[in-house]
Amino acid sequence: MTVQVVLPGVLADLAGGSKHLNVEVAGDTVADLLEALAVEHPLLGRRIRDETGHVRRFVNVYVDGDDVRFSGGLATPVADGTVVQVLPSVAGG
Amino acid sequence: MTDLLAIGTRKGLWLARSDDDRRTWTVDGPHLLAQEVAAVSIDTRLPSPRVLAGIQYGHWGPTVMWSDDLGGTWNESDHGAIRFPEDTGAALARVWQLRPDTADRPGVVWAGCEPHSLWRSTDGGCSFELVRGLHDHPHRPTWQPGGGGGAVHTVLPDPASDRVTIAMSTGGVYVSEDGGEKWEPRNRGITVIFGPDPLPEYGQCVHKAAVDAGGPDRLYAQNHFGVFRSDDAGGSWTSIAAGLPADFGFPIVSSPITPGSAWVVPLVADMQRVPPDGRLRVHRTRDAGETWTELGDGLPDDAWVAVMRDAFCADDHDPTGLFFGTRDGCVYASRDEGESFTLIADHLPDVLAVRAARVP
Repeated sequence: MTVQVVLPGVLADLAGGSKHLNVEVAGDTVADLLEALAVEHPLLGRRIRDETGHVRRFVNVYVDGDDVRFSGGLATPVADGTVVQVLPSVAGG
Repeated sequence: MTDLLAIGTRKGLWLARSDDDRRTWTVDGPHLLAQEVAAVSIDTRLPSPRVLAGIQYGHWGPTVMWSDDLGGTWNESDHGAIRFPEDTGAALARVWQLRPDTADRPGVVWAGCEPHSLWRSTDGGCSFELVRGLHDHPHRPTWQPGGGGGAVHTVLPDPASDRVTIAMSTGGVYVSEDGGEKWEPRNRGITVIFGPDPLPEYGQCVHKAAVDAGGPDRLYAQNHFGVFRSDDAGGSWTSIAAGLPADFGFPIVSSPITPGSAWVVPLVADMQRVPPDGRLRVHRTRDAGETWTELGDGLPDDAWVAVMRDAFCADDHDPTGLFFGTRDGCVYASRDEGESFTLIADHLPDVLAVRAARVP
């Protein structure tokens, strides 16, 4: 199945300059999607997840508009046509 | 030859150059804008000097980057130069120290990181391997984070043996005599004020340690309260704080060429991390800490700023050059071992690390 990933501009360079990616996913969870993304784009994958596979603290992942931190986390289901958006959180100084 | 000073800050890296024996400097940057550069080094063992930077992308995590053209372009490895092995369950939080080894060990670079860990590279810093001997030490679960996080922040490889000395906040000084397989704490005599036992075997908050130019067995340590010297490779430590206006501070720098010479920047206390009376001053010893001299020519009064543990370094000239940066983004240089200082940059972000080298 194909999941559409929407990236912020600051990460697009790590995926060939495109903010919209169509990612082929073998599994059916956000974890599967992020793993597929990391295999195809390792640098992009490292920006989103640390080496334990956890999404970085100040990175938010939305599945069809819902923050996965408040739903199923990495086990949140994705399906063909799902839109997954990656955004930096409000943080910094 | 050009003198190069790499300046790591909370929001990027700047490079200062001098072509007139450190009299005047030009500063260019920012490089790696908006990235925290808490560790920096200049590896002059390579045909083209390599600038290594331990960076934190902010939202996007930490890694090591390097430039082989003095900041023109930057590289990083796809999968990250430093990654905790899966079985550790840990994730890299910050690179605190990047230390190229000697010319006799080409390609070897050490990294000290948060969480407490030591890493060794054999390819010039492009990839590192976790030093398992330290990671598996039974003390590790009881090392605590200091205010800045729990990290190995000092790595001192001995050029003439397999000894490696490290310092941690908190954890104290540990030494391996076999290149990193076995480790033992060497903190006898270093006091703590934050625990019931003032002289624990380990757990000290050593802020920085340095090796004297006279030989590998003489060490200095700026502690979280206390300045100490060891004459037996850390086996025992004695206070050398008498004569300083305060015994709190972060950096301690030893001369690369003159035995007995070292410098500190005293701050009032942990609850008051500013210079005494707001006078930014360097203190120098010429006799391994028996006496200290205040140095302030060119340094400001009414400067309520701190100098971080890696934001002070020496070069390898004779006389020794000194460089330090402050949390309000000023960088001072001395070409006469601290007799006088010149402001070479200001209005930078908080300075976290400086390193100097001579490059072609």
